[in-house]
Amino acid sequence: MAEFTLPKNSKVTKGKHFPAAPGAKNVRTFKVYRWSPDDDKNPHTDTYDIDMDACGPMVLDALIKIKNEIDPTLTFRRSCREGICGSCAMNIDGTNTLACTKGVNECKGDVAIYPLPHMSVVKDLVPDMTHFYAQYASVEPWLKAKTPVSQAAERLQSKEDREKLDGLYECILCACCSTSCPSYWWNSDKYLGPAILLQSYRWLADSRDEAKGERLDALEDPFKLYRCHTIMNCTNTCPKGLNPGKAISEIKKMIAERSL
Amino acid sequence: MSLRSPLSKAVGLGSAKHGFSHWWWQRVTAIALVPLTLWFVFSLLALAGGSYDSVQAWLSSPINATITLLFTLTALYHGQTGLQMVIEDYIHTKWLNLSLLLLMKFAAVVMAVLAIISILKVALGG
Repeated sequence: MAEFTLPKNSKVTKGKHFPAAPGAKNVRTFKVYRWSPDDDKNPHTDTYDIDMDACGPMVLDALIKIKNEIDPTLTFRRSCREGICGSCAMNIDGTNTLACTKGVNECKGDVAIYPLPHMSVVKDLVPDMTHFYAQYASVEPWLKAKTPVSQAAERLQSKEDREKLDGLYECILCACCSTSCPSYWWNSDKYLGPAILLQSYRWLADSRDEAKGERLDALEDPFKLYRCHTIMNCTNTCPKGLNPGKAISEIKKMIAERSL
Repeated sequence: MSLRSPLSKAVGLGSAKHGFSHWWWQRVTAIALVPLTLWFVFSLLALAGGSYDSVQAWLSSPINATITLLFTLTALYHGQTGLQMVIEDYIHTKWLNLSLLLLMKFAAVVMAVLAIISILKVALGG
């Protein structure tokens, strides 16, 4: 059965409070989810008051300031700080997004920061992405073509065909969409989820790929593909402005096209 | 601690290679139900407050009997596709999942046969 309440050891309690330095004028409050595998404590939210006059504008700037100046035990992933690596995906102010491209001024009131929903937590804001990446590997995300090309030549593609990959190739696999999807929450063991399906469609839409039939065979499954009930959380939350919901319906249309 | 590789877990038992026809017929019946439901509601409103004899006379028209049957059977078929989806989404205990799916499908068939016999009985002057 689906679980509707959290088990006792998962109930989020109130943690420590770190006030801002006295005299700070432009203070914003950050409530950050904390959990460590190294103690027996329940997950809790620590509260950090930050002087925004001495902090960069993005949520990631605030997290880095907390780690550098207030609490070095805070754990999170980050790398590029410009929305291209996908490392700092987390749930901010109730929405999955990238901490590096989310302005603190876009959040109202206290800024609540949690890890991506319904993932196993490794520590604090770091979710376990193992299964997500394995699902990505399972759709064999590379060009498959039997037609030989000589070493010197390229596989050519018309401008129009190349344009069909726009809105797909930009996906950075941050997992914001998949972890916002209720179908993925309840059935991620079998349902591939919006990110992986969009990536899969990126190869289905590629004019150079010669394995469309195999790819569709592998996707046509009540769980791998058809758990999508067009809830559209994926499209609403995508920090890159992509539309995984549309990509999934394009896959369904392709299967309809070859079945009817 | 499982020794299975993440890829082995993600692949599982592979694709069932079906799912399209469930998805397709759910949509086909949904489209069919738009005119059928409108027709059914308008008919009910027109018949409201009438006597048994007036309803019987109305249903004895082959067109009315056919559309009433089509509405009932299409609604039942559409309903069971939706319920199947709900059960698959939320019930993860295998025995309970299978039992509920069977119970729901049997119930749909029983209701369909009962509806056919009842409608025909009234239509043919029961």
